Amino acid sequence: MLNSKIGLKLTFGVALTILVVIAIFAYFNIQSDNRSLLTEVERAAQQYSDHLKADMGYDMLHNDRKRIQDDVRRIGKQGTIDGIRVFNKMGEVIYSSDSAEIGKMVDIKAATCFRCHLTGRPVKRLQKQEHMRFFRTDPDSPRQLGIINPIYNEPSCWTAACHMHPESQTVLGVLDVTMPLSKVDQNIRNSQVAIIILAVSAIIILSVIIGFLVRWWIDRPVQDLLMATRQVAGGNLGYRVEVKREDELGMLARSFNSMTDNLAEARLQLFQSDKLASMGRLAAGVAHEINNPLTAVLTNSSYLLKRSQGQSELQEDLQVIVSETIRCREIVKSLLDFARQTVPKKRKADINEIIHRAATVVENQLSMGQVELVMDLDEKLAKVTVDANQIQQVFINLMVNASDAIGEDGGTINISSRAISLGPAGTLQIKRALCRKRHDLVDRKIQIDGKPAISMRYKKNKETGLIHLNPMYGSNKHKLNGMTDFDKEVELMCPDCSASLMADGEFCPDCGSRIYAFEVPLKGLVQGCLKEGCGWHRWEQVDSSWNDEYVEVKVTDNGCGIPQEQLPKLFEPFSTTKGQKGTGLGLAVTWGIVDNHNGTISVESKLCAGTTFTIRIPVGP
Amino acid sequence: MKQIQDILVIDDEPMVTRVVIKVCTAEGMTATAANHANDALRCLDEGEFRLILCDIMMPELNGFQFLEELSKRGVQTPVVMMTGYSTVENAVRSLTSTGAVDYIPKPFTADELLIVIRRSLRCGMLLNEAESASLPRSGAMSYVPCPANYHRLGYASWALMEDKGTALIGVSDLFLRAAEGIKAFELSLPGEDLLQGIPCTEMTSPDGSIHNIMCPLSGRILEVNTQAQSDPSLVERDPYFRGWLYRILPSNPASDLQWLSF
Repeated sequence: MLNSKIGLKLTFGVALTILVVIAIFAYFNIQSDNRSLLTEVERAAQQYSDHLKADMGYDMLHNDRKRIQDDVRRIGKQGTIDGIRVFNKMGEVIYSSDSAEIGKMVDIKAATCFRCHLTGRPVKRLQKQEHMRFFRTDPDSPRQLGIINPIYNEPSCWTAACHMHPESQTVLGVLDVTMPLSKVDQNIRNSQVAIIILAVSAIIILSVIIGFLVRWWIDRPVQDLLMATRQVAGGNLGYRVEVKREDELGMLARSFNSMTDNLAEARLQLFQSDKLASMGRLAAGVAHEINNPLTAVLTNSSYLLKRSQGQSELQEDLQVIVSETIRCREIVKSLLDFARQTVPKKRKADINEIIHRAATVVENQLSMGQVELVMDLDEKLAKVTVDANQIQQVFINLMVNASDAIGEDGGTINISSRAISLGPAGTLQIKRALCRKRHDLVDRKIQIDGKPAISMRYKKNKETGLIHLNPMYGSNKHKLNGMTDFDKEVELMCPDCSASLMADGEFCPDCGSRIYAFEVPLKGLVQGCLKEGCGWHRWEQVDSSWNDEYVEVKVTDNGCGIPQEQLPKLFEPFSTTKGQKGTGLGLAVTWGIVDNHNGTISVESKLCAGTTFTIRIPVGP
Repeated sequence: MKQIQDILVIDDEPMVTRVVIKVCTAEGMTATAANHANDALRCLDEGEFRLILCDIMMPELNGFQFLEELSKRGVQTPVVMMTGYSTVENAVRSLTSTGAVDYIPKPFTADELLIVIRRSLRCGMLLNEAESASLPRSGAMSYVPCPANYHRLGYASWALMEDKGTALIGVSDLFLRAAEGIKAFELSLPGEDLLQGIPCTEMTSPDGSIHNIMCPLSGRILEVNTQAQSDPSLVERDPYFRGWLYRILPSNPASDLQWLSF
């Protein structure tokens, strides 16, 4: 029943406690039972002996010895009495239920006498309970109760006609009644057996009940948790303990789950930064490995180029080799520069001041290119929590890009800043979405507006396929692949494990359709309705704790613009609109910085009219 | 009497040593190759060299350990480190802590290599002259009559921290003399980032050689000395004051400065 040590220990501990408590209880119970039974017996014996003494008193006053002896013998034959003796002051048995004893002397040291004569001189009066004695005639015989009843001298005794006793005598003799205790002892034994049986069965029953309770309340949840820790230790961070109860172990399971979630999130972040770090290491390694062969190629080709003066055809080819090798050198160099990106160190900063600083840096370049910089800054902006150096780099990148786009004929760059309030819908990008079995639904191969989409499998009757939801929370610009009729027949599920993504028993409050639901790690459930024209959505944890203060900065130029087909890939690394001039890393770095600040960057552009970059950064804590 | 050669080149990659020797001999210089540092030390026992070209990442003794071994043996031959971009930080270190005179990032063209070799040979000569004029010599740095509180990267460039947190960057007079004068500068633009140990300017000397000047500090260019750009002789006449090149906003002054010498 108990396969875990803690359950076994707990059950044993509790059983032992019960055993001790019941044993103590039984011991005192038996003791008190014994006492009350014996007290009752003693009381009855005393009464009996008193009656007998009073009964014999009359005959004694008349000195009717024969009648006394007859009475004694008769009474002594009753089953409740073992024997009756009366002896005088000298210890001589005068009457006895056993006729053979009459006339014999009783030793003063015998149990009958030593109560009074123990210390050598007789005690005047004994306490009642001191009249009793328990004894066995031999060790195997049943217990007996002896009761001595001293017959004291009374006026009627010395004034009686027989003049047997002088007035000076205190005690005239002793009535000694012996009673059997076999029945009483039998009762005591019976009650002892009953109590022991009761105690043993109580111990067994309680142990079994406690064993079961321990198994249900402690053993099973502990086993579940143990299993979960083994799973997590084995690297399965998607494993969750089922929370079945609200007690401490239930809370433990809950915090275990959230700890695992945090761990999974931290591991993901570690992977990300690890990816960057390993890219750095890779770049450094590549640089080292590639630089030696490149040195051989570059030095040889440039040496040949030097020596081949006059052979123009050969020189042309060598020139290509030299310049392409130099290009390789530059690529390796920019890879290393890209890998040197650092983590943001965020502090409260004035975004207008950062814009001004960025402007001073590019001022000369702009004035040389006859580019006018117009600033329209909201001076009452709240301070934002950012890495000022990184954000400054963002503005410098955008201004340099703008100035490049304007070209040599001159133009204007407009920078404006303002405070805006943004709801979570349309601002927050869902970067991870989990099904019930914790598969990530975010699919990096499918992008909507350049962001990895959330993929789901639909099934309607026998038809099945994939749909891709917009990862921007609240946006209804999905890629539904022609699937529009979301009626009751439609089931949405995880593309990996086919676990259902439909919310059980919940319906869209706007249109009553069935809704989908998935989990964003650490940020709760996202629910939404896909019925055409409805677009209801809810993200309780984010909706309730959202800080809607944002700062928006727009950098607008009236340059050459960006072709529409290049816009979706604009922020990807190594995509450049500047041809040989750029490395294709500037906007990727810019995007990375803004994303690190939980901000958004978007671009609008018209060929030959200009481009506007819009950056929105949360004011933050 | 030990035989005197011009160049000793050390690299664990034979392809590199072979091409360096080819280029040098074609230019009338004598050169010997060593495939590792111990080999090079043996060569130094057998003969004398005017210049040593040494790779940093090598098995057994690496470039730094080799430099230490040289100073232990009292060898005063100027050393130029050859390094990949990934070890630029190391190259900067080799200039200050162990006293190489220059370094050249791999990969390089034949011209880039020859320019560095000629400049370093002249630099070595200038240092020897200084020594024979009985000036104390404790490395290349002591020769440069550089003002106090200027930080120097090797003998090539200097940085001066200004009160408002910015820094000035310029080129040293020894470098200018080793390069045999100056005809033009190719300067970067404000807003661009400079990295310590990476060339920050191309300087053309009268013979048409292009010299890369390694940047002493990382940071963003705030201002360019247009006066020096239009009149390069200003740099030659007054390299430490009016002949500065850039005013930059240092991005990491604390860790950069520890590699520079006062």
